[in-house]
Amino acid sequence: MDASSFATEIESHRGYLMRVATLQLRDRDAAEDVVQDTLVAALAGQAGFTGRSSVKTWLTGILKHKIVDAIRRRQREPLLEASLPEEMDLDDFESLFNERGAWDAMPAQWHDPEEALSRSQFFDILEFCLEKLPPNTGRVFMMREVMELDSDEICKELRITSNNLWVILYRARMALRLCLQQNWFDAPEARRGNP
Amino acid sequence: MNPISRYLADRLACRDVTRLVSQLQERPPTLSERVVLHFHLAACAACAGFDRQMTFLRKAMQRYRA
Repeated sequence: MDASSFATEIESHRGYLMRVATLQLRDRDAAEDVVQDTLVAALAGQAGFTGRSSVKTWLTGILKHKIVDAIRRRQREPLLEASLPEEMDLDDFESLFNERGAWDAMPAQWHDPEEALSRSQFFDILEFCLEKLPPNTGRVFMMREVMELDSDEICKELRITSNNLWVILYRARMALRLCLQQNWFDAPEARRGNP
Repeated sequence: MNPISRYLADRLACRDVTRLVSQLQERPPTLSERVVLHFHLAACAACAGFDRQMTFLRKAMQRYRA
């Protein structure tokens, strides 16, 4: 790939990188800084791109390092204290179960989830659902599933216990499951992509 | 279902199964967790469906970042 088409390809992922960084840092200016650093590093490091992964995966890898640096620079910033108690509350999902802890109603089966993965509209819905997560929940889930930090690292950076982490990730997964259910799997074909 | 399988399947309520399924994306199961979860998922279509949804969610996130 020549230098100018490589630059164009990299630039085409700016929107995705901004969305990931914003979800992660919850601060637009900080997100713009890390995305800019990422794009600059990517252009300077074109030689390091081996073509074994997609450009997007490669950029995500660079962004991950920039975000981890940004989080560390913020002096091990703890989670947003104000909303933490409610984001640690498991009761939100209690209504899915009866008093004996069994499913209150049979959870719906998802029709052909594999097919969803081949549709770009599905990923728009997924992003919509990620953005709807409460702030700490979204941040922690992104650290785990997009930045692929391991549990110990996340607990150390955010100064939370592994039990806190498990509760937050459980809440994130339960909320995403319901959101995908409502906006994709139960949605009529025509409405998909317009949450 | 034989009584032993039934007994093992009922060691955990569905609510606790959903919590365990999520946790096991972060850490390996203990032996007893593995046994109880195996029998519960074999006996409970609702939790088995939930387990597949959680696997799907992880796969969707892998695809999202790739």
